[in-house]
Amino acid sequence: MKHTLSVLVENRPGVLTRVAALFARRGYNIDSLAVGRTENPDISRMTIVVPGDHHVIEQVTKQLDKLIDVIKVSDITKDEYVERELILIKVGADPSVRGEIMQIVDIFRARVVDIGKDSLIIEATGDLGKIDAIENSMRSFGIIEVVRTGKIAMVRGPKHEDAENYLSHRRL
Amino acid sequence: MAVEKKGMEVDGVGSVGDKLPCKKLVMNGAELVVKALEDEGVEVIFGFPGGAVLPLYDALYYSEKIKHILVRHEQCAAHAADGYARSSGKVGVCVATSGPGATNLVTGIANAYMDSIPMVAITGQVVVSAIGRDSFQEADITGITLPITKHNFLLNDVEQIVPTIKKAFHIASTGRPGPVLIDLPRDITTMEAEYRPDMELDTPGYKIPKMQGRDALEEIAEVLKQSEKPVIYAGGGILRSKAQGELLSLAEKHDIPVTTTLMGKSCFPENHGLSLGMLGMHGTVYANYAVSECDLLLGIGVRFADRVTGNISTFAQNARVVHMDIDPAEIGKNVPVDYEVVGDIREILSSLLRLAPEKKHCEWNETIDGWKDKYPLHYDNSTDIIKPQYVIEQICEVTEGRAYVATEVGQHQMWAAQYYKSLMPGSFSTSGGLGTMGFGFPASIGMQMANPDATVFNIAGDGSIQMNIQELATIAQYDLPVNIAILNNQYLGMVRQWQEIFHGRRYSQTDMSHQPDFVKLAEAYGVEALKVEKKEEVRPAIEKAVGSKKPFLMDFHVEREENVFPMVPPGGSIKKMIRG
Repeated sequence: MKHTLSVLVENRPGVLTRVAALFARRGYNIDSLAVGRTENPDISRMTIVVPGDHHVIEQVTKQLDKLIDVIKVSDITKDEYVERELILIKVGADPSVRGEIMQIVDIFRARVVDIGKDSLIIEATGDLGKIDAIENSMRSFGIIEVVRTGKIAMVRGPKHEDAENYLSHRRL
Repeated sequence: MAVEKKGMEVDGVGSVGDKLPCKKLVMNGAELVVKALEDEGVEVIFGFPGGAVLPLYDALYYSEKIKHILVRHEQCAAHAADGYARSSGKVGVCVATSGPGATNLVTGIANAYMDSIPMVAITGQVVVSAIGRDSFQEADITGITLPITKHNFLLNDVEQIVPTIKKAFHIASTGRPGPVLIDLPRDITTMEAEYRPDMELDTPGYKIPKMQGRDALEEIAEVLKQSEKPVIYAGGGILRSKAQGELLSLAEKHDIPVTTTLMGKSCFPENHGLSLGMLGMHGTVYANYAVSECDLLLGIGVRFADRVTGNISTFAQNARVVHMDIDPAEIGKNVPVDYEVVGDIREILSSLLRLAPEKKHCEWNETIDGWKDKYPLHYDNSTDIIKPQYVIEQICEVTEGRAYVATEVGQHQMWAAQYYKSLMPGSFSTSGGLGTMGFGFPASIGMQMANPDATVFNIAGDGSIQMNIQELATIAQYDLPVNIAILNNQYLGMVRQWQEIFHGRRYSQTDMSHQPDFVKLAEAYGVEALKVEKKEEVRPAIEKAVGSKKPFLMDFHVEREENVFPMVPPGGSIKKMIRG
């Protein structure tokens, strides 16, 4: 089963290395990892999608929590949350099929962001299911290149996690 | 301190009502490092100078509070700091220069990490602007030590020196202890900054595990009441949290036999009636039987390492398993447990002592005494050839179990664990997790520095001692009365034993009979030494060494093909031992 971990970390050099190295050293896999700073510029949030059973996730969480630069680890898999991923797809598109591609793009509420002589770049955002679906629907036209950001996630409702207390109380 | 010479005082700029003193101290980075170390109570540093740490050594030159021990190889600086920490409970400190100096520390840092030893390692680094350009003597030591430190820092701001050193000591010594490395670019140590010792620590991500599982403790007290056949399995965590007193009370009040891991050795007096000695691969028969037959296993400050458990599926299979440890990530990592308590072991044990009523387990202890009578540790001492076990028994007798002992790794290490009955907590240092040959001799230097009046022994093999033999110069220079006992069988004995048992006696690359004359070698370094080839010379040699109060090396020529027994084949059940 895939778990979504939301991890608050100190925004400083080397933190990503520490997190990635931990996964490598202990033999855990990463499906995707997205990182960016939070509303507090000193703090970043990583959204990490990790495959594994309960035992693996428990170890991942505990080991991550031991890293000094990691402020808070939350497994939000079972929480109510909004997830999004952004995808850019470069697809082979001579003028004869462009109309058909545009229709599919509309259905997915995606956008064409670049048009070349024989290709298009499509941008789409959505949950993982939607992103997979649009990628699949483009296969028959010939996908030239795909870039995905990895999933980011935000828990619904009022501010979540005790770490948020830290965000507001931290001396700046 | 350097302040007198170089520091200058300037008028303060603090506003009215500011609690800062109106004069402020300005020092260069190197002086700030030394001052911060002094503030942490550091009395000894083990190190080796070099280009990138020249300013630091310049500042150390003026320190009256810190004594610097010049080792002959940086690896030994780390091991000596490690031995110092193990035997004093304080943080060990080592220093090396950039590049090769720093990389030479790596084994010592990894060793401390595996055994959870509090250590601060300070390395020089090339100037900030040269980092990343493959400069002379540059190594990415924070990158290299990332998986073997509890945390590490690359300092690039002179203002951060004092708070970073504070943080490093805090992180190294609290929670589950471990090594912390500070990489110090040379130019940072020559810039000036104000000395501000009162800066607040800012480590939001560092959590010292608080005690969790008070409910579990009540359940454990209840289970303890019901248990007929309990066993305590005690590890290094007892020594790290100084909980030996609580352990002793728990064992005595509840009449529970205690087996220790290699790391836990010395946390429980080994002449005590409830002591089972060590368990696991080379543990005593009675310890392994007791664990296999018990109905309740209290794992305290342990990590259920593979050398202890053997085949996990048969380990303590009749028992309910309790695991108490400071590190939540250790709970359930290797073995599923029935009851868990996370927190400081001393605090946990004090709480448990208050909850659980006293109880006797006469029948169970009689059973165990039966095993002790039937399957004692034994070796054939009937020949004239010196047996290695005999040498260790004699060392134990002469020192009455009260010496500080550091071992290397191999057969002699296991014999020392089996036959040296340690009576003082923290008096036995050995490389448990990493299994580092060459650890013991430098560690014994650290132990002697921490306990200047104590009798210190390095029990070594002829293979291991050659890994860091150059430290003879160090003990000679500082006149450290370390006693080196080499159990010389002219083999890499433990590897040879495995080759004998598992590889058809094909002794591939384990014959070490081409070796130096250790006596002449020691004498060349200015260390008194004796070669011992006769059994009747063993005890007088030990007495002479201990009595000399000087550095002393003993080269005991022992039975070449003696094996360490009992032995559990790797991956086997600890119930099924080769008893020898």
